[in-house]
Amino acid sequence: MTGPTNADGARPVGRVRFMDAQRVNLDGFAVEDPGLGLVALRSPDDPEPGLVVADGRVAEMDGVPETAFDSIDTYIARHGLDLAVAAEVMGLSDVAFARMLVSPDVPRAEVVRLSGGATPAKLARVLALLRPAEMGQAMTKLRARRTPSNQAHVTNRLDDPLLLAADSATAAAFGFREIETTVPVLADAPSNAVACLIGAAVGAQGVLIQCSVEEALELELGMRGLTSYAETISLYGTEQVFTDGDDTPWSKAFLTSAYASRGIKMRVSSGAGAEVLMAGAEGKSMLYLEARCVALARAIGAQGVQNGGIDGASVAASVPRGLRELMAENLMVMMRNLESCSGNDALMSESDMRRTSRTLPIVLAGSDFMFSGFGSIQRYDNMFGPSNFNAEDIDDFLAMQRDWGVDGGLRTVPAERIEQLRRDAAQACRAVYAHLGLADFSDEHVELAVDAAGSKDLGETDTLAVVSAAQAIREGGLTVVDVVAALDETGYEAEAERIMDMTRARLAGDYLQTSAIFDEQLGVLSLVTDPNDYAGPGTGYEPTPARLREIDAIRQERGVEDLRAEQARYAVPLLAVAGPAGPGQDPRDVVIGVSPAVGRDVWRCLSGMTVPAVLAELLAGLEEEGCTGRVVRFGDTVDLGKIGLAAARLAGSGIGIGLQGKGTALIHRRDLAPLANLELYSVAPTVTAELYRLLGANAARHAKGGTPDPARNPYSDEAIEARYHTTVIALMALERDWVKPGAPAQELTQEGLR
Amino acid sequence: MTGEPQVRALSGRAVGELTLDAVRRGEVTLPDLRIHPGTLDRQAQVAAEHANPQLAENLRRAAELTQLPDEEVLAIYDALRPGRSTPGQLTALADSLAARGLPRCAALLTEAAEVYARRGLSA
Repeated sequence: MTGPTNADGARPVGRVRFMDAQRVNLDGFAVEDPGLGLVALRSPDDPEPGLVVADGRVAEMDGVPETAFDSIDTYIARHGLDLAVAAEVMGLSDVAFARMLVSPDVPRAEVVRLSGGATPAKLARVLALLRPAEMGQAMTKLRARRTPSNQAHVTNRLDDPLLLAADSATAAAFGFREIETTVPVLADAPSNAVACLIGAAVGAQGVLIQCSVEEALELELGMRGLTSYAETISLYGTEQVFTDGDDTPWSKAFLTSAYASRGIKMRVSSGAGAEVLMAGAEGKSMLYLEARCVALARAIGAQGVQNGGIDGASVAASVPRGLRELMAENLMVMMRNLESCSGNDALMSESDMRRTSRTLPIVLAGSDFMFSGFGSIQRYDNMFGPSNFNAEDIDDFLAMQRDWGVDGGLRTVPAERIEQLRRDAAQACRAVYAHLGLADFSDEHVELAVDAAGSKDLGETDTLAVVSAAQAIREGGLTVVDVVAALDETGYEAEAERIMDMTRARLAGDYLQTSAIFDEQLGVLSLVTDPNDYAGPGTGYEPTPARLREIDAIRQERGVEDLRAEQARYAVPLLAVAGPAGPGQDPRDVVIGVSPAVGRDVWRCLSGMTVPAVLAELLAGLEEEGCTGRVVRFGDTVDLGKIGLAAARLAGSGIGIGLQGKGTALIHRRDLAPLANLELYSVAPTVTAELYRLLGANAARHAKGGTPDPARNPYSDEAIEARYHTTVIALMALERDWVKPGAPAQELTQEGLR
Repeated sequence: MTGEPQVRALSGRAVGELTLDAVRRGEVTLPDLRIHPGTLDRQAQVAAEHANPQLAENLRRAAELTQLPDEEVLAIYDALRPGRSTPGQLTALADSLAARGLPRCAALLTEAAEVYARRGLSA
């Protein structure tokens, strides 16, 4: 890493060296350079928006006369614009149009109507005016489908079919409605498609499957019914790069129809950075080039667009305002009345904060698909390259959904269910492969796939078996019917039925409409059946109460009753009541006051030490310094200051120790105010046995009239409060349950403590 | 939708007949699982009613393509890629499609032939 240095090249001071060492400085940050296309929202070379219509045809678009149109201009001008509204929208000021995107009072349909006549440069200019919060508002309003959703990547380094099946079942169970797979080895593609098809059918009904490979093979897999959507049909913003990609607008338009002709859902793919990386940006801004791609996507009749950087996301992220540009790309798709599959599928930073900052606004606003591939598998297994969020982040994402009360499309799956689904999927996949003579897998392999967190847990596998299975699928002309029959004949009737039901549902064609997904009852949710009706607070999508409970109930959630049960597991037959506690006379008598639930419901401190063990240390510390301790439970307060003071007032020495069941402890003296004290361990989770012993010894030193050096609270840079506050609240609730005003203090037996 | 009797597969069979039992009897083949052109035309109508005439046009082209075998569809796609065909070849292909009842696909190829010649995308 070459961190920044001082202007004179000298070694910077420690504060700067420390900053240099942070992970964000592994990222590349580019100086804005319009000549290279390294500019997000607006380049000096972007054309002025303009549209001249003569005799019902476009004579000039964005400053280019028809005679100079390149192939992209030509396709957009002839097919992509609604000339009936062109004059109206091109005559609107950029600011007036931008306000319409944000205002809840302007219906989505009106924005869509006007956008139909807007040129690429016009939309780019308008979107460049929106501030981040305004973009969020616009996205909430403008996405086509009311119900937001999410897509998963399911791949692995080995193309291992059993692991693909298990991971597809897992992704489906988590709630992903599309699963996209790809291969490190092209020849494996047919096997991956079959494995994901089987696994997804085990996990949930209605999950769409994609195998992203070279276009002809991808189409072939779809034609055989093994996959049900496609999205990697790439568009580019300049003719040169388009041609370098070995396509033209007409070949892509034809391919779009080819997919539809086989009843396969399809969206195209574009996004900032592609042209820059291919040195073909022609001095234009990323947003303007993408505006051309999106206009073309609409013109060729695609129902949706995957954009928001995609492979070039980190290029956009390297320039000023790059993240605004990525989100503007998605918005542009929505304005053109198309499905948005909103990127977030490439790791755009080494910094957890930056990558979260990139994704969060879209999750909060809600999109048709928030990720065009959330890596449901570990980073190292993602054969698209790591996604911006991956298996490492699923619990984070579930917590974020819950924190904000937004529907990111995912849900918690109980551990036992994950295991069951993974086993069913791996076994079903093995059975189908064996039945069709594709490959034989061992019981051990099944179990490894069930348990694996990633392909590294599989050990050595027979990758040639995968290649040969894939070859057999391809050359044997295997179709979805063969997979259905094999599932049925090997005892997986329910899964066979699911795939058959979905295959039948696809024949109705409803899922070819904009933003269509199947729900788990095979109902189609789309622009047509589930149109976004957001018009301000109180309108639009809101999770149903059942869905909200699902979002809220993450598996880490704990209540008081969970904690009561956990504490009960540490209960031991110690700390019985010895009798009423009276005042001591011995000047070496120190009283350890404990809180009301100690010896009843509370047995274990936040540090993990048991309460009897803590008491044993305190007593041993007192003894080392020649004092004797008594353990007294106070029943009328949970306040540690009051407990400590009351203990001191009972003690013959006038010195008391207060101990709450959670482990917070202090030394008190009978003449002090309740909130004053001599020493305090305030951070209970970090107090060790040695420190409790020292507290006991120091209490004894106070009792003998000395002034000991107080122990220091151990320091931690961890999020101690985040980790323990919910437990503290529950522990205090258990303590509070035992409080009785005026309850007498009880001396507890020390038998068994040492 | 599984409950709608009017939905038929390309083979002409009603989708309601395409059950697991039919698979067991060996009575379901790929054409039974292919979408019917009438379905695509109906969806085109829906797309047009939902402010997307371009999607409608795509679905109508798709309806035409249902009658071509997979290999021919892939071959036409390949012919449309840059530098693969002369304008004459594209025009001839367009004529053949028009003659076989694929006028929308033919129009796409005719336009491609014209633009490719102008933009240097022909063979």
